[in-house]
Amino acid sequence: MTEITPTATERPRLAALAEFWHYFSMNRGAVIGLVVFAILVIVALFAPWIAPYPADQQFRDALLLPPSWMEGGRSAYLLGTDPVGRDMLSRLIHGSRYSLAIGLVVVTVALSVGIVLGVLAGYFRGWVDVVIMRVMDIILAFPSLLLALVLVAIMGPGLFNAMLAIALVLQPHFARLVRAAVMAEAGKDYVTSARVAGAGHIRLMIKTILPNCVAPLIVQATLSFSNAILEAAALGFLGMGAQPPTPEWGTMLASAREFITRAPWVVTFPGLAILITVLAINLVGDGLRDALDPKLKRS
Amino acid sequence: MLRYILHKLALIVPTVIGITICSFAFIRLLPGDPILAMAGQHGVSPERYEILKEQFGFNMPIWQQYLSYVWNVLHGDFGISLATKRPVLTDFLALFPATIELALFAMLLAVALGIPAGIFAAVKRGSWFDQLTMGVALTGYSMPIFWWGLLLIIFFSGYLGWTPVSGRIAINFFFKPITGFMLVDTLLYGNWAAFVSAVRHLILPAVVLGTIPLAVIARQTRSAMLEVLGEDYVRTARAKGLSPSRVINIHALRNAMIPVVTTIGLQVGMLMAGAILTETIFSWPGIGKWMIESISKRDYVVVQSGLLLIALVVMAVNLIVDVLYAVINPRIRAR
Amino acid sequence: MALLEIKNLTVAFDTSVGLFKAVDGIDVSVEAREVLAIVGESGSGKSVAMLAVMGLLPSTATVTADVMTFEGLDLLRMSPADKRKIIGKDIAMIFQEPVASLNPCFTIGFQIEEVLERHMGLKGRAARARTIELLRLVGITDGADRLGAFPHQMSGGQCQRVMIAMAIACNPKLLIADEPTTALDVTIQKQILDLLVSLQAEHGMGLIMITHDMGVVAETADRVIVQYKGHKMEEADVLSLFENPKSNYTRALLSALPENAVGDRLPTVADFKFTDETGAAL
Repeated sequence: MTEITPTATERPRLAALAEFWHYFSMNRGAVIGLVVFAILVIVALFAPWIAPYPADQQFRDALLLPPSWMEGGRSAYLLGTDPVGRDMLSRLIHGSRYSLAIGLVVVTVALSVGIVLGVLAGYFRGWVDVVIMRVMDIILAFPSLLLALVLVAIMGPGLFNAMLAIALVLQPHFARLVRAAVMAEAGKDYVTSARVAGAGHIRLMIKTILPNCVAPLIVQATLSFSNAILEAAALGFLGMGAQPPTPEWGTMLASAREFITRAPWVVTFPGLAILITVLAINLVGDGLRDALDPKLKRS
Repeated sequence: MLRYILHKLALIVPTVIGITICSFAFIRLLPGDPILAMAGQHGVSPERYEILKEQFGFNMPIWQQYLSYVWNVLHGDFGISLATKRPVLTDFLALFPATIELALFAMLLAVALGIPAGIFAAVKRGSWFDQLTMGVALTGYSMPIFWWGLLLIIFFSGYLGWTPVSGRIAINFFFKPITGFMLVDTLLYGNWAAFVSAVRHLILPAVVLGTIPLAVIARQTRSAMLEVLGEDYVRTARAKGLSPSRVINIHALRNAMIPVVTTIGLQVGMLMAGAILTETIFSWPGIGKWMIESISKRDYVVVQSGLLLIALVVMAVNLIVDVLYAVINPRIRAR
Repeated sequence: MALLEIKNLTVAFDTSVGLFKAVDGIDVSVEAREVLAIVGESGSGKSVAMLAVMGLLPSTATVTADVMTFEGLDLLRMSPADKRKIIGKDIAMIFQEPVASLNPCFTIGFQIEEVLERHMGLKGRAARARTIELLRLVGITDGADRLGAFPHQMSGGQCQRVMIAMAIACNPKLLIADEPTTALDVTIQKQILDLLVSLQAEHGMGLIMITHDMGVVAETADRVIVQYKGHKMEEADVLSLFENPKSNYTRALLSALPENAVGDRLPTVADFKFTDETGAAL
């Protein structure tokens, strides 16, 4: 390869990026989602400095206080306190770290495993393909949350095992996507010519085929990110995910359940935090899909 | 058509075998000695240990264990629950109607609201109705339904006092189940008050369980409809001088329903996952609650067989949806 | 009185880059029993004008005209419900992609009978008999067996015949054919054209043939309108158009026909500069 190649591909790539941003920024919802998500990332990164108190600090004189604007609330505890006197706002702020970490870890694991399996199946075809895709079918045959629950039952409850289980459950979607893309691309002329030029299997796949299925993968990754947060929260709620006193939002909901009538705010805020996070990511995902999908672009 | 169905059946066979392997492997994947794991902190006496070992066939070679497991399953023997001491299948069949009833109403709600909303949003593309509907749909799609259920309980049961909080019917009514479907049974007994109570118990759980399918169906209907409305044959229908409602409800909708039916089928798995959470929140005595309780009670025989049974049910429903898909799609039916 | 009379028709589309005029001040008139061809390249607005008459344009389009009448009835100020009583009955249209133009979910029998029921009140056995007769008229002799067929089970040519049967079902006074043969095999094209012309003569319909193919024009038309970029370049009867084209654009179109090529390079219309009827440059 000559020196010209990178600069030659840089231009269209920048142009494509500009075009993508043009379409993405026209979608008001997507931009709002992106802003909310950016704020969440900042909150998560600087949680110890932003939060008024540590997540596990108890105030014995302030059990189950309502939010500050309600009768009986105190301005020191903006969103009230939980049954053992911990500041809700501080716990929520620290909880954002868990949710974003869950999304990041799950998507990374699911994406890597899915790409490897999908490329293997799509490129080698034959029995490799049959075996891999049958296994994917079997995973998808189980309701996702049920399978995750059972996996956690085998591995033992805990946040890390929950993340692994969710990654395993979400991974077939990536494998299927990559396989389909690889099979579609593998027949095209440029791949044949790369092969004729002597590119090895691995190089062929990483350099030539994969970049062409990036768009659907990004969209799927975004949707999986929000899915992972929801599923992890559900596992936490069922007592199989993060364990108390971890300020994970789903786990917080589980321990707040019995105070549902006496102190609705301890139930309201963690769920609201989950909803806002997931909604923001899904808004971004919708925007990405519309901006990356050339079929919708024309209309 | 028949060939299409046979083809679909053939595709399912390896998956079903895989599912049996998964559920077979489950107990053997438990960390440590599976029997001790199942017994939990209570422990077991040496005699009981041997009985259980015999019962699970842990002293046979692994392939023999698998074959005998499949043999038993084929004969309807899914093992005995460690907690209730009843056959797992008996418990499953007793609890399953409650879940079907709940899931059916959730789906009914989702379809009855989602499809019209999607159609209307597509026809009025870009209008305030479209934007509002799609905003609400995305919110519903992003909803942690366990929290949504709690919120509804706070508002409708706590604040307004309109709906009961848990169970399928008020405790002062007791029926020997006929069909297992509360709404049907109360009517069969001719007890109107009991029927009303059953409906009141069903509403909130059905709303909660139906939320995500509703959102998905509304979104899918809208996008399918938008695509179809741009097709040439819709223009032809309008060129015939047909009324807009006939163009939309007959010519466009019929085509748009093809992908929507697939979506509805895919929601069945989601529904089972959602049932676990919904039944837990509303103490709904169905298989979702049964599974989660069995997991926490370490009743792994139930978990193993429940996993298998639920997966089989989902596969069966998906097969039915595939057939339905062929029925509404002439390109497959008339081959 | 002309069958269809259009004066100063303008169709503008609202696009993200501003207003785009697909048709700009066009006059069209068709007499009963006349075959009018509208010729132009793709994008010249020839279909758009006719879709405007049918009311089939999307909501992003704005249609204005000084006059748009059919048999003296004002199509512009007519209520949509009244217009739907004419569309499909007295004015019918067939399209470029016959396979895509038929609904894949319904049998062709259903799709033809639907028109008969809508406009003629024919139902059941009567509708079926008329449908079989219509199919015979368009050259499908085993119509009775074909009623239950779905579009995907038929060839493109057969689908176009079905579209024609549907269009002539209510004995329309005007048939608009939008590139009816473009998507078909060359061997089928001639058959369909012959069918259209003979049906036009037998039923005494007005026929508007929208095409980019000068061969089609020569074969079918009485009178020709040449259109370019939304403007009318020339209007003439077919003989004088071919023998003595007045506009540069028509000359360009004719010289772009392979059989008229001089030298070793086929000219394209892009080699010429044009003005519209008023002499304004385009």
